[in-house]
Amino acid sequence: MKHPPGILGSSPLRRDGLEKVTGAARYLDDLPAEGTWVGATVRSRHPHARIVSLRFDRTKAPADAVFVHAGDIDGVNGLQILDDRWPILASKEVHYVGEAVALVAAPTAEDALRAAAAVEVEYEQRPAVLDWEEAARNEPLYELALDEGRCEAILEAAANGDDGLILVEGEYFTGAQEHLYLETQAMLAEWVDGRLAVTGSMQCPYYVKNALQHVFSLGEDAVQVVGRYMGGAFGGKEDYPSLLAAHAALLARAARRPVRIVYDRHEDIVATTKRHPSHTRIRSAVKKDGTLVAARVDFDLDGGAYLGLSPVVLSRGILHATGPYRVPNVRIRGRVLRTDTPPSGAFRGFGAPQSQFAWERHMDRIGRRLGIDPLTLRRRNVLHPGDRLPTGQLMDASCGAAAALEEAARRGDFLRRWKKAEEDRRRDEPLGRGNRPVATGVGLSLAFHGAGFTGLGEHRMRSPVTVRLTAEGRLEILCAATEMGQGAVTVLPMLAADAAGLRIDDVLIHEPDTDVVPDSGPTVASRTTMVVGATAARAAHELVQRIVQWKEEQMGEAALRVEDSRLLGPGGEIGDFRELAREYLAAGQPDAVTVHNEPPPWQRFDEDSYHGSAYPTYSYQAQVIEVEVDTDTLQVRPTRAVAAAEVGKVLHEVQCRGQVEGGLLQAVGWALWEEMKRKDGQLLNDRMTTYIVPTFLDAPEMEVHLIEEPWEGPPHGAKGVGELPMDGPASAVCAAIENAVGIALDSIPATPERLLDHHIEAAQGGRR
Amino acid sequence: MKVHFILNGKAVEAEGRPTDRLLDVLRHVFHLTGAKEGCGEGECGACTVLLDGRTVLSCLVPLIQVDGRSVITVEGLAATEKGHAYLERFALKGGTQCGACTPGIVLSGAHLLQEHPHPSHREVAHALAGNICRCTGYQAIQRALSEEPEAVLDSTLLPAADAEREDGS
Ligand code: FES
Ligand code: FES
Repeated sequence: MKHPPGILGSSPLRRDGLEKVTGAARYLDDLPAEGTWVGATVRSRHPHARIVSLRFDRTKAPADAVFVHAGDIDGVNGLQILDDRWPILASKEVHYVGEAVALVAAPTAEDALRAAAAVEVEYEQRPAVLDWEEAARNEPLYELALDEGRCEAILEAAANGDDGLILVEGEYFTGAQEHLYLETQAMLAEWVDGRLAVTGSMQCPYYVKNALQHVFSLGEDAVQVVGRYMGGAFGGKEDYPSLLAAHAALLARAARRPVRIVYDRHEDIVATTKRHPSHTRIRSAVKKDGTLVAARVDFDLDGGAYLGLSPVVLSRGILHATGPYRVPNVRIRGRVLRTDTPPSGAFRGFGAPQSQFAWERHMDRIGRRLGIDPLTLRRRNVLHPGDRLPTGQLMDASCGAAAALEEAARRGDFLRRWKKAEEDRRRDEPLGRGNRPVATGVGLSLAFHGAGFTGLGEHRMRSPVTVRLTAEGRLEILCAATEMGQGAVTVLPMLAADAAGLRIDDVLIHEPDTDVVPDSGPTVASRTTMVVGATAARAAHELVQRIVQWKEEQMGEAALRVEDSRLLGPGGEIGDFRELAREYLAAGQPDAVTVHNEPPPWQRFDEDSYHGSAYPTYSYQAQVIEVEVDTDTLQVRPTRAVAAAEVGKVLHEVQCRGQVEGGLLQAVGWALWEEMKRKDGQLLNDRMTTYIVPTFLDAPEMEVHLIEEPWEGPPHGAKGVGELPMDGPASAVCAAIENAVGIALDSIPATPERLLDHHIEAAQGGRR
Repeated sequence: MKVHFILNGKAVEAEGRPTDRLLDVLRHVFHLTGAKEGCGEGECGACTVLLDGRTVLSCLVPLIQVDGRSVITVEGLAATEKGHAYLERFALKGGTQCGACTPGIVLSGAHLLQEHPHPSHREVAHALAGNICRCTGYQAIQRALSEEPEAVLDSTLLPAADAEREDGS
């Protein structure tokens, strides 16, 4: 079937576009409230405590309010993610401020709050684990290792100055980050004749379904989960919605009516998962010309109180820990440490932004030490086709690392600006004494991102997607992919239409309803376009083929084909696809096709040794970020960002650009402003007034260049793009600050306080 | 108490407490759920509506304040021909992703375009500084507003009742 020209790479109006701009799109909280009750959560105020007693004082609560505690859970009081040790409701002990202890529901929000206030909990406080040092002394939640080559021996030689090698060591920190999706967590649950129906804001309807079956000991048929449009997610609605769904379902059962829980912003910030804070130590051996020879990386993540998704976050972090560079001898150790803070979870990038922040800052440290500029050093080590990753994976022809690096450097005029700022800064030393109220600097970074599930994840799932015919003769995609703003409901139909020879309007996509759609996997890991999209395309192609074959048999005519929704024969147009499809249906032919994702058979990965191809392909992004630093206050203003993203193939240009731009700003926010301040386990900035995300005025001017180096796989060589833009920018921001004012900060967020501390420390260290 | 006001060009009456938030009245009494609660404390702009032609945060406006005045929500903007064209173009340019900030953003944008039909980048950034968007990085919104075609740039972008009131205020 030939491709009608122009579907892919064009930018049709997004499917949900009109609904969203006109305010007609219904998010969970927009559903009519009639007949539903409102749920509220009673939460721990301590980071670690024993629950001595828990009591609901009915005399203080509205008459009909219902109350639920751990004892009311008759299945398993555990959230099924990788393990199930995260309690649905704390029963004996609490392990973070904000942990759910009890639930209440009442007819109105006001009543629910009154009911919550009628719950009395007595705690006995326990010592809490709240910092890295202490966490590191305890048993980690999880550990991983990767070894390739003779790392330690080489580092030893470098430490002794042998073999012309130089040892460069560094230590790097990144902080927690709040997703701050604009729509808070929201869920509605209802029991009808023993069957549980849940709908709400979630990335992964089947995760929620599995978790509910676990909590309530229900069979597969007894739970229906429907994902709605999400007002943003960024990973924050991968794990947590399962907990919220369990809460809403417990309350709905107790109240005998539908119950909704919609978090307010404060509650959402306090209680939900965050990006893992990280601590990375790197020891590396390099030649004088900057060639990387060996690296040992110790990568620790703060997992918070429970395991959650941490092992897979750690795994992805490790697999990206030396960036898109050739490092022949590598030894990586990763640990998830446990603290009495909210569980860390999925957040765009999933460990890769943390480990690549450290690695990119380390590259700058190496350059500084050797007197090699950041671009030259990266050019000398960047991955090219034919090189290998630390896992042994061979880079194929689609490795666009160098292309991204060169494009960003050229478009951002990096080297000239960088050198000029270096000179300006030297004239200005010591900082701020040279009459420069504002110093300008520019930073460069390069990062990559493996698309799809790590390792054999996709092989295990072999995600199914179904395509069926509607009565009017259109195609409909049935899959569990959810729409969080990234554009899945637009791109998947585009891919299917392209593969089937149809117009886009002839392909619909069903809402992710577990009663109807197969489990095509979670909407995470930059896998939706590449994995689910490619599978939907194959299913659509297959179904239209079958219809055409049937028609050929009917007509006794070969060589029919469908193009642009028209049925064509050797002599020209025979009819229109919808008519043909209706005829086919009327003849009682099977109306649906299900196909499974087929990961490339050559993709092998040993999950014990961490050798092989962890991902079938990688996307790459380099950026040049310019900042202005106030030399008195050390306030940083990012002014310009030039990014080059190598994404394989651009399918919907507007949406693709939107991912890169949005991710870039989230990364800049993480680098500069987004700090989660805790004292004694309490979050100090637990409101939007105090947790600062970038506004329009904070955003740098952006210039995004999309580069295409298609990989061999479907769809059309496109690679995942959702997380890529989060991976590199934070390091470029720090590099730009260093270029501007000479403060080489290796820990983010780069707040003025932290910059000043570092500056003073360095100045004192220099004097000693 | 009873409050009378013009909602999207039509005279309406709402029963409520004087301190009820306009946001809740719009969403729960009139079922206009375009305006969203992103924070409930004046920080995010998702609840933005126009009050007598000016942008306000409806989570901070008590019902009593709207008595005798004109309120326009995204639904009102969408109901005009020009408004609809403006919105469609906004979506086409990538101005919306998850959509939660969008009803507020497009109202702030419409208000800006009424006053500055050809806004500079700085003017756009300043006019929308109170509207947080976590998805787009603001660039596509910038493009959608600063590259507006002439066609939608006149006072009929917003419902008529509002235009009249603006003159009188
Ligand atoms: S809800 Fe009104 S400003 Fe956030
Ligand atoms: S489109 Fe999601 S917050 Fe703006």
